[in-house]
Amino acid sequence: MGLNTFTIKQAGKMLADKEISSVELTKACLKRIKQVDGQIKACLTVCEKEALAEAKAADVKRAKEQGRAGAGHDLLLLGIPYLAKDNILTRGVRTTAASKILENYIAPYDATVIRKLKQAGAVLLGKTNLDEFAHGASTENSAFGPSHNPWDLDRVPGGSSGGNAAAVAADMCLFALGTDTGGSIRQPASFCGVVGLKPTYGRSSRFGLIAMTSSTDVPGPLTKAVEDAAIVLSVISGADKNDATTVDKSHPSPLLAKEKGNLKGLSIGLPKEYFIDGTDKGVAEALNQAIEEFKKLGAKFKQVSLPHTKYGIPVYYIITPAELSSNLARHDGIKYGLSVEDGERGKTDLMSIYTKSRGQGFGQEAKRRIMLGTYALSAGYYDAYYLQAQKVRTKIKQEMDQVLETVDCLLTPTSPHAAFKIGQQSNDPLKMYLEDIFVTGVNLTGLPAISIPCGFDHGLPVGMQLIGRRFDEATLFRVGQSYEQATEWHKMKPLNVIASDPGLDPGERSNLTHNLSY
Amino acid sequence: MQLSKQEIQHIAKLARLDLSEPELEKYGGQLSAVLDYIDQLKEVDVKGVEPTAQVTGLENVLREDEVKNWDKEEIELALKDAPARGGRFIKVKRVLE
Repeated sequence: MGLNTFTIKQAGKMLADKEISSVELTKACLKRIKQVDGQIKACLTVCEKEALAEAKAADVKRAKEQGRAGAGHDLLLLGIPYLAKDNILTRGVRTTAASKILENYIAPYDATVIRKLKQAGAVLLGKTNLDEFAHGASTENSAFGPSHNPWDLDRVPGGSSGGNAAAVAADMCLFALGTDTGGSIRQPASFCGVVGLKPTYGRSSRFGLIAMTSSTDVPGPLTKAVEDAAIVLSVISGADKNDATTVDKSHPSPLLAKEKGNLKGLSIGLPKEYFIDGTDKGVAEALNQAIEEFKKLGAKFKQVSLPHTKYGIPVYYIITPAELSSNLARHDGIKYGLSVEDGERGKTDLMSIYTKSRGQGFGQEAKRRIMLGTYALSAGYYDAYYLQAQKVRTKIKQEMDQVLETVDCLLTPTSPHAAFKIGQQSNDPLKMYLEDIFVTGVNLTGLPAISIPCGFDHGLPVGMQLIGRRFDEATLFRVGQSYEQATEWHKMKPLNVIASDPGLDPGERSNLTHNLSY
Repeated sequence: MQLSKQEIQHIAKLARLDLSEPELEKYGGQLSAVLDYIDQLKEVDVKGVEPTAQVTGLENVLREDEVKNWDKEEIELALKDAPARGGRFIKVKRVLE
């Protein structure tokens, strides 16, 4: 198997043991991108030259630091190649937000999370596709065309971090950095069969993310294993003076191996509003199997109720358009980005530059959301929509916090179904909004949540979501790692992409898929 | 609730979006459908409930109002993104007639 298929943990050990170099690891990922991204279209920008230079520097640094006393934790990401969602600013490397309006934008500074990864020596391979400005649940809203799900190229990878999830699933990188505003890390992770962590709001800095919904945006990792998510979080988290909403909390060490494997005394809540009739049978069965697995590990289950769950989507689709319509006001054709001057009617006044640049630069969904948010915030409607939504948000938050006082975490499906076909529901915005039914709650409340592969439905990955207490990612990692130790789901690789890899012999292929029972 | 074409035009103006006729028509229907769905929020009893704007519990995070200079390269990179510039300045259209 290629080096690109490794987890961070595996590659880290081989780097430390000098069995491989970061340059070799990086080259393997770049080769894989070239091999399969023509079909998957996960990447918008690949920065090969810069990546190889960073890998070389990482190898030099490792040779120098490894013998040093105390070296260890700070070398966990040294030389590890990753991809970043293209709404995260990277100095000198184009950042488009998958929008025509930022098609040629090059940021003058790094996002805090990118700066931290750089300091840790992680190697940036490139930038991945998303729904324009992260508005969507399928990556179909990208101005540069949709990404494809490696498990079935006719299907969406989910969204908005769809490029991220597809790239991790197809082993183009060791991990990816995404953003989660209303499920945008977890839902694509579940559609592509990888791990996706949405940290607690305030855990990791938003500085340098292209702002969407400032009160719910949070950056987080997509990985091949739960422990990898813990490793990345330990590097990107922390208070940042450039983001006044970050909180100074000590982060649990990612090396919590000794607690793994035993969940005795742990209580997991099953909110009945998340186990509903509209959920596909295959998803429900996978979840039931996971519950049985957790019972074997010693966990106790408790039925709980979150009666305001059904208001999560309507609250989210007021608060999000309202905040993003303000945030996107900065794209005005003046400071950066697309600038349209309309000479034909001689109207080259300032206002026409604003309206033409925005009218032509933003895609359909961005415009729809800007309109919705502008309406919700406009005179006469503010109380009825925005204020009411904020009050219902309080109710949702209170009830989730209260339920989490009675259990250690919650278990739900990440999505009511597996990946859908490209084009299947792109003409119905409301139906697409309902995609977020199980994932928006934790964004509105700021809680941490993780999606972990837990089975298949007709050959497509199914994810389960664990929701934890505020700043208690540690419990999610413990529960998730124990599950991974007992099951093999996270090790499954998409067949059709593997089949197109001439470097893999058929014996190896069948090993990877032997316990797929669909 | 059906939004009239006039209302849609008004919102587009507030949002600084130049929309085509087909767009105005399409958004009219779609926004009305979404707002109908959102209307269910009205059934929630929120008497005495405070609105939530943030979830960290942090209050009044303050810092000194200090000028921090960018390095020359950063300034150049930022200016390079502007569609029109004159020296160290970004050019804009006349604001006052």
